[in-house]
Amino acid sequence: MTVKKDSMIKKILGMQLFIPLAAILILTLVNLIADPGFFAIKFGYNSAGNPVLSGYPITILDFGSELAILAIGMTLVTAASGGQDISVGAAIAISGSVVLRVLCGTDSRPETLQAPIIVAFLVSCVVAMIFGAFNGVLVAYLKIQPMIATLILFTAGRSIAAWINNNELPIVSDEAFTYFGGFIPGIPIPTPFFMALACVIVMALVLKFTNLGLYTQAVGINEKSARLNGLNPAFIKFLTFVILGLCVAVAGLIKVSRLSSINYSVIAKDIEMDAILAVALGGNALSGGKFSMTASILGAYVIQYLTTTLYKFNVGASELAAYKAIVVIALVVMSAPTTRQWLASVGKKLKKQPVKEVG
Amino acid sequence: MKKKLMALLLASMMVVGLVGCGGKDDNGGLIKVGIINNDPNESGYRTANDKDMKAMFTEENGYDAEFAYSLKNDEQISAAQKFIQDGVDYLLLSAADTAGWDSVLKDAQAEGIKVILFDRTIDADASLYEASIVSDMAKEGQTAVDWLKGQGLSKVNVIHIQGVMGSAAQKGRSGALDAQVAADANWSIVEQQTAEWNAEKAQQIVQSVIDAGKEFNVIYAENDDMAKGAVAALDKANISHGVGKDVIVMGFDCNKWALEELLKGNWNYDGQCNPFQASYINDIIKKLEKGESLSEKVIIMDEKGFDASTITQEDVDKYGI
Repeated sequence: MTVKKDSMIKKILGMQLFIPLAAILILTLVNLIADPGFFAIKFGYNSAGNPVLSGYPITILDFGSELAILAIGMTLVTAASGGQDISVGAAIAISGSVVLRVLCGTDSRPETLQAPIIVAFLVSCVVAMIFGAFNGVLVAYLKIQPMIATLILFTAGRSIAAWINNNELPIVSDEAFTYFGGFIPGIPIPTPFFMALACVIVMALVLKFTNLGLYTQAVGINEKSARLNGLNPAFIKFLTFVILGLCVAVAGLIKVSRLSSINYSVIAKDIEMDAILAVALGGNALSGGKFSMTASILGAYVIQYLTTTLYKFNVGASELAAYKAIVVIALVVMSAPTTRQWLASVGKKLKKQPVKEVG
Repeated sequence: MKKKLMALLLASMMVVGLVGCGGKDDNGGLIKVGIINNDPNESGYRTANDKDMKAMFTEENGYDAEFAYSLKNDEQISAAQKFIQDGVDYLLLSAADTAGWDSVLKDAQAEGIKVILFDRTIDADASLYEASIVSDMAKEGQTAVDWLKGQGLSKVNVIHIQGVMGSAAQKGRSGALDAQVAADANWSIVEQQTAEWNAEKAQQIVQSVIDAGKEFNVIYAENDDMAKGAVAALDKANISHGVGKDVIVMGFDCNKWALEELLKGNWNYDGQCNPFQASYINDIIKKLEKGESLSEKVIIMDEKGFDASTITQEDVDKYGI
């Protein structure tokens, strides 16, 4: 009986989903104790007269979605290349700028849209994938370290975004454009959540019906042996960056839709760090290899959960970053392989003393 | 033969060089200015500022202007050194950082180049520059708070959305509000948080206050973007805002689109942060050229606060950036 229990604990501790789930559990407990009202969801109408759900849980699902979408791409890049793309924030600025450019044409405040939204989105997808491909070529074919390679776009991206719109700030007045970052009339759940869900489903299908998952892991674990087994590691790395580009385009659409406008210098600022953190919180090795997509996505929502909780507790401006850092340190230390090994060995020791009850 | 050819070549190059040097003084009576600014992509403020400078310092207005842009202090300093070597008459400077300017400004002084600071001050001896044209952020904040005082609210419950902590704009604009809240028992701060000039963070902060069910009737956002984010959260919760509505919305910087919101009555107040320093600089240069002395070294620009109930389309066109 005890043995069974022990091995189960070991199994749970060993599970990749353990860290993000534990984090969610802890945050939930803290909020339940402090104020159960945190979980209240209210039904109401927004100023446009559409039904909306509101409340902290909805806010988390809403604002965590861009991060979840980015985490999908970032997980693949991390797994294949053993490095991270730090240019996603700048790339979001570019792709958001492209969306607005196509919608508004040369007039920064058009009365009517110059092109259908779907066209604008598809163009931004192509542009974002080209920039992803640019990073991919640098990393996969020129063998530059991912962080250094993506530093180029990280530095130049926001200027490029400003240049695309002649440094003007286009504002879209079309109601339909707000749906992507807000609500579709009649549906009270925020659209970003559905978009994240769609990305997750597509990715799940891709991983199930293609060998992408297997191949990226193989390349990430050992590039040479992957090559000996007939894979083309460079191409697979390249491909992951292009997929991340697609994720960037979706996140970019949500971002510009939220406010129907853009600010080149602050849009999606520091989101690259949160995306990398989501991957790390998911217990994925940042040095590449095996990965769990579910864990990364949960990691993304954990970060938003934490942010929303800190806002809820009215943590002062100056302390906000410090609190976040403490929580992040705790989570990352917990998810480090060394800590897990230690936890496992503690579990083993306990197993040897069956008298002791293991809670 | 080869040597002769070489000598000829060198000699001709020297002549060309001399012509080049000679050409420098022969600028048709134009005043030569070197302008060092921050990157115009930095913000709407900077874009407007750069446009204003470019429109003023033209040949038609009697200037021969060269521009250099950087957000980095060391690059700005090397641009200044280049301008000094070029022998400009005036060096106009919006410094990226306050420190490190002493030696290069001393070089300028030794060459007889007059330095005028705009928008940003520096930590250097005041004798090193002729004038400094700046915004007074604390006054901007005070103007806004005074306006809010004049609204006759019995209780003022403010959501205060701050800019990047420690920036001059944040300190000035927060200071006035903090002082007022401390002094008057009817004023309270419901939430005070930095959104780092970011609209989306502002949206989340206001969303959080709404989710918590706290009462508020004023949004004091330290720039227009953040006010816009706050308004997005209000719209989602169907809380009315603007002239004669439940919540007063205040922003800063006077972006054109923000002033249009005022005109529509969706917002209540927008405080100006004047980016148009070129005319002030022009006046100073004209005075100095005539040999007059300046009455004051630090010139604080006139800055307005716009009220939604009195703003006109002309204001939007004239002051919108």
